[in-house]
Amino acid sequence: MLEVKDLSFSYGDRLILSDISLKAEKGDFVSVLGSNGAGKSTLFKCILGILSGYSGTVSVDGQDTRTMSVREIARKIAYIPQMSASAFNYSVQDIVLMGTTVGLRALGSPGREEMARVEEAMERMGISHLRRRCFHHLSGGEKQLTVIARALAQQADILLLDEPCSALDFGNRFRILNVAKSLAVDGYLVIQTTHDPEGAYIFSDRIMALRSGTVFAQGTPEEVLTSENIRELYGVSTKQSSIFDDRVRVFTPDAIL
Amino acid sequence: MEHTDINVYEQENIPDREKRRLSGGTVLVLLAVVLLFSVVFSFSLGRYPIGLRELIGIILNRLPFVRIEPFWSGAQEVAVLNIRMPRIFMAVLVGACLSAAGAAYQGVFQNPIAAPDILGASAGAGFGAALAIFLGMSHAGVTLLAFVASLMTVFLVFVIGNKVKGEKTLGLVLAGIMISSLFQSGTSFIKLAADPNNKLPAITYWLMGSLSGADNDELKFIVWPMLLGLLPLWLMRWRLNVITMGDDEACSLGVDAGKVRLAVVFGASLATAASVSVSGMIGWVGLVIPHMTRRLVGSDFRVLMPASILAGGTFMLLVDDISRTLMTTEIPIGILTAAIGAPFFLLLIIRRDAWHA
Repeated sequence: MLEVKDLSFSYGDRLILSDISLKAEKGDFVSVLGSNGAGKSTLFKCILGILSGYSGTVSVDGQDTRTMSVREIARKIAYIPQMSASAFNYSVQDIVLMGTTVGLRALGSPGREEMARVEEAMERMGISHLRRRCFHHLSGGEKQLTVIARALAQQADILLLDEPCSALDFGNRFRILNVAKSLAVDGYLVIQTTHDPEGAYIFSDRIMALRSGTVFAQGTPEEVLTSENIRELYGVSTKQSSIFDDRVRVFTPDAIL
Repeated sequence: MEHTDINVYEQENIPDREKRRLSGGTVLVLLAVVLLFSVVFSFSLGRYPIGLRELIGIILNRLPFVRIEPFWSGAQEVAVLNIRMPRIFMAVLVGACLSAAGAAYQGVFQNPIAAPDILGASAGAGFGAALAIFLGMSHAGVTLLAFVASLMTVFLVFVIGNKVKGEKTLGLVLAGIMISSLFQSGTSFIKLAADPNNKLPAITYWLMGSLSGADNDELKFIVWPMLLGLLPLWLMRWRLNVITMGDDEACSLGVDAGKVRLAVVFGASLATAASVSVSGMIGWVGLVIPHMTRRLVGSDFRVLMPASILAGGTFMLLVDDISRTLMTTEIPIGILTAAIGAPFFLLLIIRRDAWHA
C-alpha cells in the first residue's frame, strides 16, 4: 500500500537520499535503521509531502502522493514526530482532538462525533485518565502515547514514527515499541526510524538500513542485523550473541571483550 | 492493553490546575455578562447627569417599533446618543480587535509575546495620522489616512518579509521591526517640522492614544473593516491550534499552515489597522488581555478567541471610563493602558509558567 520508488533528495548540492525504494503492506512493522544524519527524517518528510523537491515517486494505494493535496495525504498517513511541542499548553484531549482536523469541513471545528473518536483513541492508548492534564507536564512516554492517540484519531492506515523511543527510559522504550507492534498486528502499517538495532530486531517484520542516504541493506531482521552490517552501519566491531532461540540479538563491542 | 500504565508514580507530583478550571462555555457567558454590565454602567458615567430611567428610555426609543414619549431633555439625548454611545462602542470594538489580533498573532508566530503591532500596523498608523495633522486635514481625514498608511505598512512588511531567505516567520517579524522603526523616524521628522503651537501638540496627543474623537460617522465607517478583520480570526480558531504545533506537524495533520497563516495575518492586520487609526497608539492591550484570558480558559483558540474579544472589549471600555472621568481633562488612554498593563504583565511573568498556562 505504500511504495517508495527510486527516491532521491538533495539540499542544494548535498545529496541526502539516493535511490531509496521501499514497499510495505498493511500489518507490517518496518524499522528504518541508520546512524544520526543517515537521512531517516528526510525520508519521512518526503513520504509525508512536507518536502516536495525529490525525484522518484511515493505512492499510497497506487496513487502518486504528488497528485494529492495536504489533506488527502493526511487521510492516509499519520506522523508521530520525535518531539511534539506547541508554544502553548494544550490538554491531552486537545492534542488528540487535533488529529480529527483532517476530516472536518473547510472552516469547521470538531464536534461530538470527533470527540467520540478522541475518546476511543485515548481509551485504546490507555491515557483516558490524563485527558485534562497539560501536555507539557507529561512524561516522555505519556507524550508519545498522546501523539500516537492523535494519529489514531486521524484514522490513517499508515503510521510514521520518527525515533519514538530516543528520549525514553528503558521501560517506556519497551512499552512504546510494544504499542507500535500491536498496532501493526491490528492492521496498521507502522514504520519507525530508530538507531537502536537491538530493539528493531525484536519488534520489526522488516528492516531497511540506511547509510549516508543509500539503502545499505533491506530484509528480515535476521538477514539485516548481523555483526558485519552493524560494523558497516555504525563503524563499531561487535560480537553478535543470539539468545532465546535467536529472538533476541545482542551486539557487544569487541573493544570491551 | 496491559502495558499502558506508564509512569503512574509520576502523576501525583504534578499539580493539576486543569481540574479547577471552569468550562469554556461558562467563562464565555460570564465574560459576556460582565461586558454587558460594563456597557450599561459606562452610559451612566460622565459630567452630564443622566438617570437610569432616562437612559433606558433614550436607548429603547431608538429601537425599531418602539415609541416612547420623551420624558428626558434634548441635551440628555444628545449626550447619550451622540457622545457616549459612539465612544462606548468604539472602546469595546478597539479593545476587542486589539485583543483578538494579539491572540491571533501569538498563535501564528508561535510566540507568546507577539503583539498586534508586530507587523508595523501602529507605526504606519502613527505616520499617516501625523502626516494628516501636519497637512491640516479634518478628524475624518486623519482617521482615513492613518488607516490607509497602516494597511500599506503591513503590506510592505509582508512583501519584504516573504523575500527574506530562510525562515518565513522570523523574516516577517524582523521586517516588521525594521519597517516600524523606519516609519517612526518619519513620524519624528514630521513632528520636527510641525508647527509647535498647534500641530505638534495635536500629533503628540494622537500618538498617546485616545478615543476622545469618536463620533457616530467614524463608528459607522470603521466598524466594517473591524468586523471583516475579525471574521477570519473567528473562522480559523480551530486551525490556529493546529498550526501552533509547527508547520511540518500541521501539514501532517492535513492543515496547510501557510494558507491559514495568511488568512489570519490578513484579518489581524485589518482589525489592528482599523483600531489604531481611530484610537492612536494603545499599547499592551493586545499582549496582556490574551495572556490573562489564556490563564482563565486555556490555550484552545475555540474558547480563547471569543474570550479575548469579550475581555478586551470590557477592559478597554473600563480603562476609557477612567480616562474620561478621573480628571477634568482627559488622560490619554494609551498612558493608562501602559500604566495598568505593564505592572500586570510583570506580575504574570513572575508567576511560574506564564508562557504556557
